[in-house]
Amino acid sequence: MSKRIGLEASHAAAEAARMADVDVIAAYPITPQTHIPERLAEMVANGELNAAYIPVESEHSALSACLGAAAVGARTFTATAGQGLELMHEVVYVASSMRYPIVMTICNRALSAPLSVWGDHSDAMAVRDTGWIQVFCQNNQEAFDMTLWAFRVGEDSRVLFPVMVHFDGFHLSHVTEPVILPEQKEVDKFLPRFQYPFALNPDKPMTHGAFGPPDIYSEAKIAQEVAFRKSKDVIIQGFKEFGDIFGRYYHPVEPYKTEGAKLLLLTMGSFSETAKIAIDTMRNKGESVGLINLRLWRPFPFRELRQAVKDAETIIVFDRCISFGGPGGPVSSEIRSALYNEKERPRVVSFVGGLGGRDMSVKDFEYVVDRGREILEKGSEELFETVGIRGEVTGIRG
Amino acid sequence: MAEKRLKTGSDFTWRDMEVGNIVTEAGSAALRRTGDWRSQRPIIDKERCNKCGLCWLYCPDAAIKLLEDGYYETDLFYCKGCGICAKVCAREAITMIEEEEK
Repeated sequence: MSKRIGLEASHAAAEAARMADVDVIAAYPITPQTHIPERLAEMVANGELNAAYIPVESEHSALSACLGAAAVGARTFTATAGQGLELMHEVVYVASSMRYPIVMTICNRALSAPLSVWGDHSDAMAVRDTGWIQVFCQNNQEAFDMTLWAFRVGEDSRVLFPVMVHFDGFHLSHVTEPVILPEQKEVDKFLPRFQYPFALNPDKPMTHGAFGPPDIYSEAKIAQEVAFRKSKDVIIQGFKEFGDIFGRYYHPVEPYKTEGAKLLLLTMGSFSETAKIAIDTMRNKGESVGLINLRLWRPFPFRELRQAVKDAETIIVFDRCISFGGPGGPVSSEIRSALYNEKERPRVVSFVGGLGGRDMSVKDFEYVVDRGREILEKGSEELFETVGIRGEVTGIRG
Repeated sequence: MAEKRLKTGSDFTWRDMEVGNIVTEAGSAALRRTGDWRSQRPIIDKERCNKCGLCWLYCPDAAIKLLEDGYYETDLFYCKGCGICAKVCAREAITMIEEEEK
């Protein structure tokens, strides 16, 4: 029997790693991710999990240790947040380019300065182009589900890419919610043993990490890019298989009450659940609004997004990150790019808010929709809009 | 796989890249001419050589081979022309000459 217990998202992710029977964990504690390595270290110490727990001196070392573990075919897990992910940055590229299917949980956190340990998507957006499969979670159940799913998809011989599972620092990482934990035999059915086809072994020597001179580097990158984009089929198949066993079906792009809606709000992560309540409220008032929860961030689900928004006139994209001097939030810029070459395309309004742990309430999302509508009618000289900033915001122009 | 690795230039496309750029066969460097960026090459003077083996020991690319008669020979397929052998030779039996010189 599966059981329903109260867990914070951090502990839910740790439970998923335990049930996945990971072989190696190398992690460095950083707020708000600390509870994940802490709980896993406890499980290893108590004998609940038969794994090597490697305490390291930094996040750079944490992911470097994971590379070595993955190279010999170990199921490998790590977790970090904010500044920790920044310190790892160099190795983040190495993991994906060497095709090591490491699973890494990110408890999304703002970036300094000013120093902030609180929730924000700036850390995730800074690793946007690193070639990791990336998904966002709305709640603690999804933190468990996506972590388990990440091993299944990343380790698939058709994929062999590392996976980042993002959930919001504090808003999820430290908040207790009911989570359904499956039986071990269900997990084992979903997740076969990891069989890495290129595992280092002295009996059959091979070279990992050879250098690429100019006559080969470009070919290496295109091969990586084509394989990465192809992984989307397995990602979707993995969602389906997960649903067939555990009863919860996920999708790259998840519409909520979009039937007949001319105006759509697009959000990621835990704020999607808050925004859904705002959509309910506005729908009850008879407004034609719906929501898109963007789950799969990389590889970007272009086809699925276009399909989901094909009848909309407007999309309001909500970002928890600023792209300084750029077109607004990174997600809004992505959505615009995805739609620009379409013959008929909705207008995109970019909103930035919820930075550095600032709450976004249901009322705030209602304001976002109302203000978005107003901009469509009257226009605006600003490249993007803000919500919840004290003082009128002007001067965000090209 | 070794055959695949031997493809060069326009024959080798992105589709020939192994997953993660892994080189699946050990010792594949033996198949690759890596001495072609050399601008100088070592000449060993047998008259001065006393077969001590310092050059063989110090060569960073194992490009110096021990011959049956105890003397040494440079394998120009791999030799990068770094000149370490000439520097360490206690008998000054090795001279670096420009690659264009006969």
